[in-house]
Amino acid sequence: MHPNIRRVVRFFTAHLDQPLLGAVLLLMIAGLVVLYSASNGSFARTSGQFTNMLVALGVMWVFAQIPPHYLMRLSVPVYAVGLLLLVGVALFGEIVNGARRWLHIGVTRIQPSEIMKIAVPLMLAWYFDRYEATLRLKNYAIGVLLLLVPVGLIARQPDLGTAILIFASGSFVIFLAGLSWRIIAALFVAGCASLPLVWSVLHDYQRQRVLTLLDPSQDPLGAGYHTIQSTIALGSGGIAGKGWLSGSQTHLDFIPERTTDFIFAVYSEEFGLIGNGILLVLFLLVIARAAAITANAPSLFTRLFAGAIMLTFFTYAFVNMGMVSGILPVVGVPLPLISYGGTSLVTICLGFGILMSIQTHKKLVQT
Amino acid sequence: MSELNITVGTEMRDAERELHHFRVRLGIASTFVLVMFALLFARFFYLQVVMHEHYHTLAEANRISILPIVPNRGIIVDRNGVVLATNYSAYTLEITPSKVESLEATIDELATLVEIGPRDRRRFKKLLEESKRFESLPIRTRLSDEEIARFAANRYRFPGVDVRARLFRSYPQGELFSHVIGHIGRVNQKDLDKLEAEGRSSNYRGTDYIGKTGLEYSYEDQLHGTTGVEQVEVDSGGRAVRSLSRSSPISGSNLVLKLDAKLQEVVYNAFGDRRGALVAIEPSTGGVLAFVSKPGFDPNLFVDGIDQENWNELNNSPDKPMVNRALAGTYPPGSTFKPFMALAALTYGKRTPGQAISDPGFYTFGGHTFRDDKVGGHGMVDMYKSIVASCDTYYYILANDLTIDGISRFMGTLGFGSRTGIDLAGEAEGVLPSQEWKRKRFKRPEQKKWYAGETISIGIGQGYNSYTPLQLAAATATLANDGVMFRPHLVNYVEEVHTRQRTPIEPRPLRSLDWKQEHIATIKRAMVGVNKEGTSARAFAGAQYTSGGKTGTAQVIGLKGEKYVESRVAERHRDHALFIAYAPAENPKIAVAVIVENSGFGARAAAPIARQVFDYWLLGKDAKKPVKDDDDAPQY
Repeated sequence: MHPNIRRVVRFFTAHLDQPLLGAVLLLMIAGLVVLYSASNGSFARTSGQFTNMLVALGVMWVFAQIPPHYLMRLSVPVYAVGLLLLVGVALFGEIVNGARRWLHIGVTRIQPSEIMKIAVPLMLAWYFDRYEATLRLKNYAIGVLLLLVPVGLIARQPDLGTAILIFASGSFVIFLAGLSWRIIAALFVAGCASLPLVWSVLHDYQRQRVLTLLDPSQDPLGAGYHTIQSTIALGSGGIAGKGWLSGSQTHLDFIPERTTDFIFAVYSEEFGLIGNGILLVLFLLVIARAAAITANAPSLFTRLFAGAIMLTFFTYAFVNMGMVSGILPVVGVPLPLISYGGTSLVTICLGFGILMSIQTHKKLVQT
Repeated sequence: MSELNITVGTEMRDAERELHHFRVRLGIASTFVLVMFALLFARFFYLQVVMHEHYHTLAEANRISILPIVPNRGIIVDRNGVVLATNYSAYTLEITPSKVESLEATIDELATLVEIGPRDRRRFKKLLEESKRFESLPIRTRLSDEEIARFAANRYRFPGVDVRARLFRSYPQGELFSHVIGHIGRVNQKDLDKLEAEGRSSNYRGTDYIGKTGLEYSYEDQLHGTTGVEQVEVDSGGRAVRSLSRSSPISGSNLVLKLDAKLQEVVYNAFGDRRGALVAIEPSTGGVLAFVSKPGFDPNLFVDGIDQENWNELNNSPDKPMVNRALAGTYPPGSTFKPFMALAALTYGKRTPGQAISDPGFYTFGGHTFRDDKVGGHGMVDMYKSIVASCDTYYYILANDLTIDGISRFMGTLGFGSRTGIDLAGEAEGVLPSQEWKRKRFKRPEQKKWYAGETISIGIGQGYNSYTPLQLAAATATLANDGVMFRPHLVNYVEEVHTRQRTPIEPRPLRSLDWKQEHIATIKRAMVGVNKEGTSARAFAGAQYTSGGKTGTAQVIGLKGEKYVESRVAERHRDHALFIAYAPAENPKIAVAVIVENSGFGARAAAPIARQVFDYWLLGKDAKKPVKDDDDAPQY
């Protein structure tokens, strides 16, 4: 190979973690394959998603190049801006489908909750890293506050799915930061005790979704419809599936949002239990690699942030598949790397880019 | 070594301990991840393996909507194409009970728009009891155009109520053919169970009606046809997306009968108000020309579901209009049995035609006296006279000579006591008494034994003898046809609707009985004598054809040794009048068996009916009026 070419190749692969990239690419390919079927063979939609993937991979590459300590510096400003935007949404947000999630900024509109998916764990990791030597209960309390304020704002939009995801990612950071087991137990009890209170502040449709989860057949054509149809799709897929492009549930419009939140129903109808097993393994590969990176991360900040990325990714996958297979309530959570949509793809790949950065800049930090 | 490194080591160990703590937590988190994924996989396994069958069915039901296309039911016509059962399209007002909040209120509301009588309400109530809630049930059929328009304008007020065009069965001949054609009715649970057991239920998807009695029942398979199927893919809203496949229905076949509608009407009129049955058979084919059981009922009442009032009326009537007397009624044949007894005597060599007995008017056997109807007896009686004058004594003695085994063997070959196999369900077997029959029939040992004395009354068609008018007609036809026996059948052809291809039902004789033709000729000569100079001579006076016949009188109740006096006996206990006959004698074209219930002597009530039937069939003469009892006819 020509030395110049080798240099170029080295430049582009320098900070990429190959095992993680491999697993991510496999999931993306799977995503394109299912999307093609889920969109009834729409080449435009599939190629559009392909473009999204290229952009996301680009973002991943870019963030893989950025050493973690630069990110650390960005933590507080990003979090602050995100929080401001959330307040802005609450005050001036555009209402779409009964929810105030979008904010118009000039020519485009943004969804600040997406920013917070990264900003919240980033902020918490920064915070715990900063007070590493003297972590007390007070610090954990402040951490919880840093978490609950944005989560509360997002939940009020209402965007229960995103709120839960951000709450989960922040909680992982607090957990990994060493919150004592006694307090975890206490919080658990308090959480359970406060369920009635939470119930009282939930919107009607949110309550309905929770109730529907308990018995989807209660409202088969209403709130339970999604769950019923997606479990039918899953169950009818059987062991080997109906084959690519042959999912009858999918192609006859029984699956709602079948290219986005419910794409897993399409996947498992067409590829069956075997396909689901393979998919779980691919997700586990990503998670395992992320866990390895986390375990060997050089600082508390990188450890916490890497752990948060890893567990958030897991949460996305688990909540989505749990929702489609009917063991979790229907909340708007995409299946990472599979569901159609640029925003979540970019957010996730951005996270993986940071993971790669943490892995590949380790030596630089240590020396 | 540890003491040496205390200060440096604390910091190192702290960092290490921190990392260790972190890794423990990460390990816990990773374990949590694995457990949750295992949980997911278990859920997938449950849905995709354990519950796969269930969801597979649901998915199929989701995807494909199978729309049955109900075939047109075959029509039924007589030999000349006169329509006996047909279909017509009409609009019905239908209610789906499951979609209606209050049935009563809805019906009351509807009644302000279209006429809904108490009968409609009663019928609907009955339908409701035997149907599923989600089925659409007719409340009013045959809506007028005006009624349709009025409902259409108010339709929005009536969710769960629809107007539909449906094919209806109609029996234009009314009760004339009620027992032959039978009727259809709504498919009920019993029908469904039967169809299910026979694996035919899928052909009945979308079908509301099924043959319940008569030919409608016996030829259900041919009449129904094959249900077509259109498979459409539907979306979640139930809208058809596209047609996947379509197989056209195959119309049910038409039935072309041997029956003659006009002859049937002649018979019906001839009976007047009397109860009874007549079966007319074409001897050379076994084709049934007329098949009457009186009284009948209007089969049209059953088509949309009969209402309770009509049902009770039919069911509780002492005249039993629902009983098919010709097919399921069994009667002692009385003296109509005698020609067959005589033929048995000749066949078994127990008598020659010229052999005569002296008849004192009674026959004593085993200390019991069997009376002849004619006081003082008939004097010297040979075979001819025994039939023409209907001499009982001759047959008392003959029966004894033939023995019960001889009688039952001979009569068995003629079809007495077993089903003829006519193409109509519900045929009775009747009773051909024999030693074996009695052994099976009774429980106590002394009852099981056949007594020789019992054979005596068998000889004159009484005792345990009990046959259907159909069996009697079939035996008469076989005799008229010189021993070549056909299975009686109503349907001549099953006609495929589109190709007009006709499949004959009974092309070949059932069997040929090995009787000597001279013996048959002897019997036939005597039967011609009966109509010319015997008991039915008055009924056939002036006929332009020769015919053979035999009168009979069947006891309804046993009158032990007592002289039967009609006026002393309640109407329902009076004797049945019987008559068998065929004509023309030289080349029989028709053979009949007639029974007129509780009308006394065969010559008086039954023979004149046969005369009208023959007159019409052979000469085209239609008396158009009921037969009057010939009170001057011989009373035996």
